[in-house]
Amino acid sequence: MFGSSSTTSGQQTLIRRHSLTVRLSHWLNVLAMTVLLASGLQIFNAHPSLYWGQYGADDDPSVLSLQAFENDGGLKGVTRVGPLSLDTTGVLGVSEVDGEPTARGFPAWITLPSYQDLATGRRWHFFFAWAFVINGLVYLAYGFVSRHFRRDLVPTKAELTLAHLGHEIADHSRLRFPKGEKARHYNALQKITYLVVIFLMLPGMILTGLTMSPGFNAFAPFLLDLFGGRQSARTLHFIFATSLVAFVVVHIAMVLASGVLNNMRSMITGRYAIRTEPSLSKASETAP
Amino acid sequence: MNNFLTRRRFLIGSTLTASTLGLAGCDALVENGNVQSVIKMAESLTLRTQRFLIGDTALAREFSASEISPTFRANGTSMPDGAEYQSLLASRFAQWQLHVGGLVERPASISLAALKAMPARTQITRHDCVEGWSAIGQWTGVPLGDVLRAAGLKKDARYIAFHCADEYEKTLDGSGWYYESIDLVDAFHPQTILAYAMNGRDLEVPHGAPLRLRVERQLGYKQAKYVMRIEAVADLKNLYGGNGGFWEDRGYEWYAGI
Repeated sequence: MFGSSSTTSGQQTLIRRHSLTVRLSHWLNVLAMTVLLASGLQIFNAHPSLYWGQYGADDDPSVLSLQAFENDGGLKGVTRVGPLSLDTTGVLGVSEVDGEPTARGFPAWITLPSYQDLATGRRWHFFFAWAFVINGLVYLAYGFVSRHFRRDLVPTKAELTLAHLGHEIADHSRLRFPKGEKARHYNALQKITYLVVIFLMLPGMILTGLTMSPGFNAFAPFLLDLFGGRQSARTLHFIFATSLVAFVVVHIAMVLASGVLNNMRSMITGRYAIRTEPSLSKASETAP
Repeated sequence: MNNFLTRRRFLIGSTLTASTLGLAGCDALVENGNVQSVIKMAESLTLRTQRFLIGDTALAREFSASEISPTFRANGTSMPDGAEYQSLLASRFAQWQLHVGGLVERPASISLAALKAMPARTQITRHDCVEGWSAIGQWTGVPLGDVLRAAGLKKDARYIAFHCADEYEKTLDGSGWYYESIDLVDAFHPQTILAYAMNGRDLEVPHGAPLRLRVERQLGYKQAKYVMRIEAVADLKNLYGGNGGFWEDRGYEWYAGI
């Protein structure tokens, strides 16, 4: 799909950037990951501490903990990461529920449902986990069969040189984005980031999630060894989720900085505008 | 500039309103009956997929003695306050009997001494609470399958229900008694035992004395404590809330393999 010209109007060319499968799976993923995050934080709130190893509960040392303490008649929210303690009253540990400061891991505005309800959080999490997995498998199958991965996401040898990557990083940090013919393709930083998300972070999310399942443990006990135990898997699930949130924040910032209307149009209708020199536009029509 | 700020304030204000409405909207969606029935479809998909992948006899991981949790958190009821349980406890369960009934050929009442005289299984396994924490402990008990084979299941028995001595929630209609149920696949699984000992000692009251269920491929709330009576049934509709367990009647999945 990438780069085949359709209409030319002066110096602006509309190319077909995203296939229907990619667009549909992208928006389904937005929905699934949003619900998974909000319901996941609801589940986390049932026991807002993380451990490392096979087991972990109240009396065992935790690596992260969102706690609430009585403090001069009020409640104080504390986030503890290893030896570090931070006062996070109002957001983490203690936040307002119906105007009252309440002991709560993550605040009501980011959990599904907003009030404490583990059973409902779990049901929504697993429903959308299925949607996410099925959507992901369809996308993966499409990506390999249509050669979308090889054509659009695998960096070329030239792109992987230090000089080239350094150049791209410098351009990106100045918010200078590729124009013209170069905008037909993802740049190397995009390619590498998308490959890491698709083949490392999203599968990591699913596998660490499944490692928390006592049923799935009986089917795939090697996952317990891979992640270092059920409680390690739970901690890694949280770390992968945090990294994905960070990715989404940067992703949205880049979408906004590099032309929000053009980017949104390309992910909704598939068409993406690039500016080309009139003399080049003919030649580019035959480019891949 | 002034205009811009006003506009900006308006935008911030409307965003806050929208997010509050969004929250209320999400909660309304979550509480909608039709939406709930769609969301609940995931449970049977999970059950069927896991059963297909795991098979009926694959074992839960067993750990070494060095991996046992220093403290095993006791959850739920830690001391049943019913008069019957209290008097059984006072005589250290000498008068306690496990009643086996329902759809069985030979209903039975088995004393704790008789249970301890049966062939036992000891396993060190991980207990996973639905809340997210885990503890590893060693359990000794009688394989449930042996008890059921001795009683002889009738042809239409599909589930085994466990009736417990703890009234977890005090209600006027008595719907707050703890109970659980599993299907025959889990009932006859080699690691499914009626445990009377933990970490080499008699089961303590906070952990379900004198007898608790261990179903090692499922979450903590399936591991019923204070088991008094086992009942073989054809379906779960006629038990309490009809969903097969105390927590199941309160929205949790009956299949707790995930």
